[in-house]
Amino acid sequence: MDQATNTSAAISVQDVNVGFDGTQVLRALSLSLDTGGRLGILGPAAGGKSVLLKLLVGLVAPKTGTVQILGTDISKGNEKTLMRVRRDVGMLFQNYALFDFMTVGENVAFPLARLGETEDDEIAERVAARLKAVGLAGSADKMPSELSGGMKKRVGIARATIARPALLLYDEPTAGLDPVTTSKMYELIAADQAETGCTVVAVSSDVGALTGFASELALVHEGAIRYRGPSDAIAESEDALVRQFVSGADEGPL
Amino acid sequence: MIGDTTIAAVGRGTLFAWRELGGITILTGKVLRALVPPRLDGPELLRNMYRMGNRSLPIIALTAFFVGGIMVIQAGVLVKQLNAAGLVGWGAGYAIFREVGPMLIALMFSGRVGSNNTAELATMTVTEQLDGLRALAIDPIPYLVVPRVIAMTVCLLCLVILGNLIALYGGAFFAMLLLDLEFSTLYYSLVDNISWLDFVHGAVKAAAFGSAIAMTSCYFGVSVRGGAVGVGKAVNAAVVAAAISIVTLDFLLTAVLP
Repeated sequence: MDQATNTSAAISVQDVNVGFDGTQVLRALSLSLDTGGRLGILGPAAGGKSVLLKLLVGLVAPKTGTVQILGTDISKGNEKTLMRVRRDVGMLFQNYALFDFMTVGENVAFPLARLGETEDDEIAERVAARLKAVGLAGSADKMPSELSGGMKKRVGIARATIARPALLLYDEPTAGLDPVTTSKMYELIAADQAETGCTVVAVSSDVGALTGFASELALVHEGAIRYRGPSDAIAESEDALVRQFVSGADEGPL
Repeated sequence: MIGDTTIAAVGRGTLFAWRELGGITILTGKVLRALVPPRLDGPELLRNMYRMGNRSLPIIALTAFFVGGIMVIQAGVLVKQLNAAGLVGWGAGYAIFREVGPMLIALMFSGRVGSNNTAELATMTVTEQLDGLRALAIDPIPYLVVPRVIAMTVCLLCLVILGNLIALYGGAFFAMLLLDLEFSTLYYSLVDNISWLDFVHGAVKAAAFGSAIAMTSCYFGVSVRGGAVGVGKAVNAAVVAAAISIVTLDFLLTAVLP
């Protein structure tokens, strides 16, 4: 049975452990984020950032602990509950996850088309507007295989945001993009959030861009959170590992 | 003397086979569950039927035509020795309807469509497209797997029926060309001796082979691990598993069906 709560937290993760094939990926991890919040997740490679994001959309099940998304407990793995919650969640995957048998336009339209609640004309208008917003106007008829990595990433952002979900999860939203486009993408994500009031979680290795974008940061290392706090205070963290990661220094615990 | 390594290898192989068989059984259960009540994507079904059935037609037709010819050439020696021209039509039809048609066309279908299906699903899996569907609240089983299973089963059944007819025409063509037999001799030899059960026997086998190819190719596609290397291994495993399934089912159905 669903465990709906009245909490204002869009995300509430408590003491979660996740592992695959005998390898522990997340260790007693707890994390919460209020509705409308904007959290950036940083951390060294293979530290569990992407797994954490997949946990938030139910693509990874916790061994122990609870995961509440938008007030619903999804840690039990109930398929109907997961499907209902996922309708309110948009996700950009690290490897884009564009459907290669669909055109760019069909990919972006897919979240609206599968709900069946929007007229075809409106879907076409919104697809055109989203593609224009990510700088890909006129690319609707192209196939994903015709696009560069950066363009695929932008199509992924358009697809994740078109249905205006309550929670948006971005896995490396600006990887492969030039600095100017990176800045534009974060501006777009921020503008979307200001318009819809959605909650945003972005995972990135780009410390500078993420620090400028997110009001709060979490640093994940070896499956545990080493820092959680304001973006502007991370450089002064008491944890030497956090300071080294943010500064990029050669010397240190990393 | 059997060494420890041999025993370990047999044990690993047995565990692997049971694990894969269990996985295919679970996927089959999910497919059947998705069919009651039917939850499948119509456009996706039609798209698959077109590319799996329509596009396989030329290669199946060409193969079937020459298979019919091979049947007649092999029988030709005995036909001449025994002066049994009146049995050529029946012999070719009986073998084509019951055994050669379904088996050869299924193996051809597995190589062309099954392997392609595994490669496509495996690529989608390793590039997170299946996770992408799940994240968009779409269950990949009704959306991707069920239409493929239905399309492959229906298409193989249709291709076997059509291929059998083409094989008979191929047999007749080569019998007239190489054995100097009259078309009427072949025709009456066939229609006077072949029963509708022979046709149904082959049709049941075709549907069973189509389902087996579909389930094995889909299973190895969605359960792949690793990147490009994993995709290659999955395709290899799917083709081998489909061939084993076809031969095993053929044996069982031949023993059970009238």
